[in-house]
Amino acid sequence: MYVSVKGGERAIAAAHKLLAEERRGDPEVPELTLPQIEQQLSLAVTRVMSEGALYDPELAALAIKQARGDLVEAIFLLRAYRTTLPRFATSLPIDTGRMDVRRRVSATFKDIPGGQVLGPTFDYTHRLLDFDLAEPKPVAAPDAEESEPQAAQPMPSVAAILGQEGLLEPEEPGDESAPLTDLTREPLSFPAGREARLQALARGDEGFLLSLGYSTQRGYGRNHPFAGEIRMGDVTVEIQPEELPFPIGIGEIEVTECQMVNSFKGSKTKPPQFTRGYGLTFGHGERKAMSMALVDRALRCRELGEEPSSPAQDEEFVLYHCDSLEASGFVQHLKLPHYVDFQSELVMVREMRERAAAARKAEAAE
Amino acid sequence: MNATDRPLLRVERLTKRYGERFACQDVSFDLWPGEVMGVVGESGSGKTTLLNCLSARLGPDGGRVLYNTRHQGMRDIYETSEAERRLLMRTDWGLVHQNPRDGLRLAVSAGANIGERLMAVGARHYGEIRQAATDWLGRVEIDEARIDDLPRAFSGGMQQRLQIARNLVTRPRIVFMDEPTGGLDVSVQARLLDLLRELVASLGLSVVVVTHDLAVVRLLAHRLMVMRQGRVVESGLTDQVLDDPQHAYTQLLVSSVLQA
Amino acid sequence: MSGTETGYNYAYLDEQTKRMLRRVILKAVAIPGYQVPFGNREMPMPHGWGTGGIQVTASIIGPDDVLKVIDQGADDTTNAVSIRSFFAKTAGVATTTRTEEATIVQTRHRIPEKPLKEGQILVYQVPIPEPLRWLEPRETETRKMHALSEYGIMHVRLYEDIATHGRIATSYDYPVQVNERYIMRPSPIPKFDNPKMDMNPALQLFGAGREKRIYAVPPYTKVKSLDFDDHPFEVQRWDESCALCGATDSFLDEIVTSDRGDRMFVCSDSDYCGDRQAARRKEAAE
Ligand SMILES: [Zn+2]
Repeated sequence: MYVSVKGGERAIAAAHKLLAEERRGDPEVPELTLPQIEQQLSLAVTRVMSEGALYDPELAALAIKQARGDLVEAIFLLRAYRTTLPRFATSLPIDTGRMDVRRRVSATFKDIPGGQVLGPTFDYTHRLLDFDLAEPKPVAAPDAEESEPQAAQPMPSVAAILGQEGLLEPEEPGDESAPLTDLTREPLSFPAGREARLQALARGDEGFLLSLGYSTQRGYGRNHPFAGEIRMGDVTVEIQPEELPFPIGIGEIEVTECQMVNSFKGSKTKPPQFTRGYGLTFGHGERKAMSMALVDRALRCRELGEEPSSPAQDEEFVLYHCDSLEASGFVQHLKLPHYVDFQSELVMVREMRERAAAARKAEAAE
Repeated sequence: MNATDRPLLRVERLTKRYGERFACQDVSFDLWPGEVMGVVGESGSGKTTLLNCLSARLGPDGGRVLYNTRHQGMRDIYETSEAERRLLMRTDWGLVHQNPRDGLRLAVSAGANIGERLMAVGARHYGEIRQAATDWLGRVEIDEARIDDLPRAFSGGMQQRLQIARNLVTRPRIVFMDEPTGGLDVSVQARLLDLLRELVASLGLSVVVVTHDLAVVRLLAHRLMVMRQGRVVESGLTDQVLDDPQHAYTQLLVSSVLQA
Repeated sequence: MSGTETGYNYAYLDEQTKRMLRRVILKAVAIPGYQVPFGNREMPMPHGWGTGGIQVTASIIGPDDVLKVIDQGADDTTNAVSIRSFFAKTAGVATTTRTEEATIVQTRHRIPEKPLKEGQILVYQVPIPEPLRWLEPRETETRKMHALSEYGIMHVRLYEDIATHGRIATSYDYPVQVNERYIMRPSPIPKFDNPKMDMNPALQLFGAGREKRIYAVPPYTKVKSLDFDDHPFEVQRWDESCALCGATDSFLDEIVTSDRGDRMFVCSDSDYCGDRQAARRKEAAE
């Protein structure tokens, strides 16, 4: 008797029900709340916001909960949501020079105006499991001395310091009246402008960029990087309403910025000077920002007269493969039925085998 | 005026700069149907840059390259559209790279390598394409039984002969050759040169061949240009230039070969 | 117009996006077989699961349309069910499994066996739109090759097949030339379906979401499968007939019925097979 292997509405509904049960887990264990995720899994939240291209910690927390902690799935949820949102305005460029800095380090100068600020970092922690965290603890009273607000001192960017001597290539703002590529509205085309590249990288998968950035350090498109500056903190987002003579702030967002400084021996058209790679993420995303900066610099090879030879320098390769939605969807689509194609191949392989067998028989008969 | 009254290729004051440096400067010559022009010089003399400019692969900074097209007479190749240039490349022109791997498709069979240009201009009969490939394998002295083998499995000399067959199958009018015997053993070189001379003569090909090897031009070229630091320092009939060099640099080149 | 699923626009996409998609589709229809880039939107389904076809359908569907969705020729495969319910929910359209009743048929991997009519639209889900992709990985180069009709390399591939296997060994996603100009991938339909594309009275639209391309074959357009004069294009044939309806002219799925390797063959097009079975029952009853 022929039993249909094809699924249907009922199978899908049953699968969804099972998924909901698995997501909830043991009902004896209290259900996660969004504030818990937002506050206590904040780095997961910021990654989902960055690659999901939507700054909304609460929705990111919801996506993480719904995706059972699968961040790539959560990013997908957030992106599918954001694509339906109307646009009210385009913000002015954020000014990270005016950032309310909570962390700021430079690997190029021992001391910099404004100082180095270690901030909340995993760096220099010993990666020992802290068994004290296994049980919830009562909240300690805030330390009065440390919570004393620091006197705001100006923190010029390290890039600006190097720039004064002409040692670092200037970052010229493009023609501001020219329309910017917007990857959420237009397809990528090649050669891609730097703004399109940075957009793609900012939304790109952290793991992919990390490995590519790492590969440049190991010699696959080496570009001699120094971490010029990494800064993390809050910046104001401003818009310029047409009817007002001045911009107005609409809120603050937390970002991490990485200015990679790369030595450069000069080319036919450019003098020896330091060049840049740039990385920016929502929230605290140092690893991603640094990887992005390495890959950004690697992708500038043609512009700087370097011969592209490695994967990280290959614009089409990097930009076509960095998006986790595209990659995850296409890899996993192999789960969809391919009966028809497989049947076509079966028919052909059988025919070819028969042909080959007949040829062998004929040969043996001779 | 009919087409044979004109040179096939006319080069006028061709100049190419890299930054401040002239890679080649003020090069002019005519190439006539059936003529083989040799260009010799040391590495860095600008001969490869010149070849790249002539074969429409590198836009010059000054001067013109005129080609006597089949239907429109003399045309500046850099004023034709990219479509026209690419069509010329796969029909009227051939290009033999020093490294055959640059000119072959290594992942497809020898037969397909030869057949590609035919298919590119519309050949749609498998049997005829295969016959043409078989014939050309024979003409370049490769065993016909190797027709379905990948070029990877071939020796360097065989790869080079395959590259030549792949170029000649559409009967081009001009072939540009970049050090065609470079990287081959001496004995293999001699055989390849013989083969080239025979093919060039029997097909009436026009050729521009760039080499540092005077033996190659001695055997192949009717005329010769000697290049140094981007300029042509001496030119003339091959035997004349080699037997009675006028320019000090040419004398040095010739004598260094004799001593070697 | 608001959709039936609260919080989202009719047929999910906002009207501005739909206008953009319609402009792209018009361009695609005007240049048969040419891949028009478009600004892909994230859809609530993963890439590779039909997001291109879904965006095309979303931009052309209206309240009066009747939608049929098939995957592998069948209406009841899970992904077809999922896409159909998506449009039922977001656009409130009527759905059908009957090819002749549908105004829009969205498909993955098959063309229905019943001939399409004028006024119908067949929307293909396309994973990889570029026919030159396996031969030349660079987009910048493939676009140039299309622009200049440099298609010799496609025949090199067919030549290699014949040289190696004695025949053209491509059985699905078999490349075609549209309107004697652009080489096109028909999406992974079996080559069995290729002849149905030629001079078809219906409009055929192809959507590749992840790769951000839309292309089209307008009604009554010439579609030729690539081949050699002495090795003409041919389609799959089966010795068997459909075990359920007896059809000998349809594409057959092979069903393994036991662990001893017993097999049966049935139509991959469930609508076609169902109609034939019903007709047989009727005949038997008379
Ligand atoms: Zn049937």
